[in-house]
Amino acid sequence: MSAVTVGQSSHWRRVLSPTGNTGDVVFRILMLLAALLMVGIVVAKAIALSADSMLSLRQFGFGFLTSQQWNPIKGEFGALPFVYGTVASSLIALLISVPFSLGISIFLVEQAPYYIARPVGFLVELLAAIPSVVYGLWGIFVLAPVLRQYVEPALARWLGWLPFFRGTITGIGLLTGGIILAIMVTPIISAVVRDVLAAVPGSQREAALALGATKWEMIRVVLVNGAPGIAGAVILGLGRALGETMAVTMVIGNRPEISFSLFEPSYTIASAIANEFTEATGDLYLSALVELGLILFLVTFIVNGIARLLVWNVTRNTGGVGRAA
Amino acid sequence: MSVSKRSFQLVAWFSVLILGLAFVGCNPGGGSSGSGSVSLQGAGATFPNPLYQKWLSEYGKVHPNVKIDYQSIGSGGGIKQIKEQTVDFGASDSPMKDEDLKSAPGEILHIPTVLGAVVITYNLQGLSKPLRFSPEVIADIFLGKIKKWNDPKIAADNPGVTLPTADITVVHRSDGSGTSAVFTDYLSKVSPEWKEKVGAGVSPSWPTGIGGKGNEGVTGQVKQTPNTIGYVELAYAVQNKLPVAQVKNSSGNFIEASIDAVTAAAAGSAANTPEDLRVSITNATGPQAYPISSYTYILVYKNQKDARKGKALVDFLWWGIHDGEKYAKELQYAPLPADIVKRAEAKINSVTANGTALRQPAT
Repeated sequence: MSAVTVGQSSHWRRVLSPTGNTGDVVFRILMLLAALLMVGIVVAKAIALSADSMLSLRQFGFGFLTSQQWNPIKGEFGALPFVYGTVASSLIALLISVPFSLGISIFLVEQAPYYIARPVGFLVELLAAIPSVVYGLWGIFVLAPVLRQYVEPALARWLGWLPFFRGTITGIGLLTGGIILAIMVTPIISAVVRDVLAAVPGSQREAALALGATKWEMIRVVLVNGAPGIAGAVILGLGRALGETMAVTMVIGNRPEISFSLFEPSYTIASAIANEFTEATGDLYLSALVELGLILFLVTFIVNGIARLLVWNVTRNTGGVGRAA
Repeated sequence: MSVSKRSFQLVAWFSVLILGLAFVGCNPGGGSSGSGSVSLQGAGATFPNPLYQKWLSEYGKVHPNVKIDYQSIGSGGGIKQIKEQTVDFGASDSPMKDEDLKSAPGEILHIPTVLGAVVITYNLQGLSKPLRFSPEVIADIFLGKIKKWNDPKIAADNPGVTLPTADITVVHRSDGSGTSAVFTDYLSKVSPEWKEKVGAGVSPSWPTGIGGKGNEGVTGQVKQTPNTIGYVELAYAVQNKLPVAQVKNSSGNFIEASIDAVTAAAAGSAANTPEDLRVSITNATGPQAYPISSYTYILVYKNQKDARKGKALVDFLWWGIHDGEKYAKELQYAPLPADIVKRAEAKINSVTANGTALRQPAT
């Protein structure tokens, strides 16, 4: 079908497509547009959020980030409790979910026989498709009572000397929010990690085993090889945890207060926006909510940046180890 | 080659056909400028949504040429949209504030439609009859000052009831809500301390407790957690058979929330209702009045731009406060008292388009 003669192509067509094929040029432009569109959306979002939060930015300035007061009736708005709740609940989620996800993936790739790996893998992926409101309802009616009756009293009894496990036990709070998030991000992380581990060449495993490694040592070699991909999976899960709204709202207690106790209610940025946006009247109130959105945007940016740095650090080191081995 | 060419042509013809159909299909529905039919759009409060949906479907049966949509996006959204004139009518649980009315591009009328109540529900084991609360006790519980269920102040209202020594866990709405607005409006009236520390609004800064999203969130947490206390809409409590407390009204009687007790509250404060019908009826007078109740309103511009749409709108509102009221009770809303219906009629009759009244007062 390629009937275009190469000789007639103009200069900038040659720039776009060294082969001079029309199809290549079109494809290249389309892909460029797709990539630019993504960048454009991010930039447009940042601009829109900044513009709409201008009123609040002017009124509160930097104090918005450090204030712990959130009182729409009196017109006082501060974001710190929400930032704390967002970051803390996501960290709890990762602390619980990452070891589990790694375990699931290692089992599925390295240990489980085929007839188990397939259905279990499918079930884990199915978890990712459950709507978050269902997780939230399950959280209220199943998880929270279990935590209130068994888990939290036990934690208070054995670990009560830590500031994290004190306070009134209601089954609703930061810990419950973190656990719900952990359950929600586990399928995402484990699905990606599974694919990453599966992509590690079989020769690596054979080489390790041939050198006399035990199964555990062989798995460590595979994990080291897959480290960048695993880190990417964790970042993906973190993104989901930071932005999750509905399920967290239903179990975190929605209280803009900073407490070290994981039993106490907390509040996340996404929950606050979802809860209050519909009924927000008054320009300053709306503007403050939009500024919360801007902060979530920045928090996601910063947390992702830190995560990338960590990945870079880890892969640089393991790369060295890999070469030495 | 020829096969792929033919299939390409086929696809092309198909696309043309579908596009053509889409255009033909779109035409009659688009715009109300067509012959006969009028379409109106409304948005606002979620609380009266079940009733308004019932109204729309019943009204549609009698007036098939009038098409009305209602989006339940919340009272705040309703006020915003009517101010920006993106809807033909708005709806709100609490009356608009003076500054909102002033900044609107035209005079906005408040047409009350029905009444609702907020009830106090709780989770306490081993009670044989409903708990009773005085206003000060409710305020102190939600202020976090009364911390235990066996507090003497609670016991004083409930002689003969054995109350546990457990801590009270307060559950409130986390989302901005007219229900919270009515409840905090009541607390502000009965407790100076509440008024000063917290105030009234859709998203107050709660001194204590955990937040649940929506009536279902509060109900879920109260049902699941022992020793909790929360507040939900009357309709929601009745449908879910929640335990409901009796509240002492301004006449000193403990009143169980019911549709009749809410209408009694509205009737009791009818004499004090201002001309524009913007009124809070919490803590109303009257021996049988339930004290935590409120009107819900439809908001319309007094001067309608489009006479045909305006006429359809006032006819619908007129139908709503007369024929529509009979659907209220089955959906657990309290119908308007008779003299408020009269005053709402006058409001509807005052709606004009280009200077002429849209309804003839004689009916």
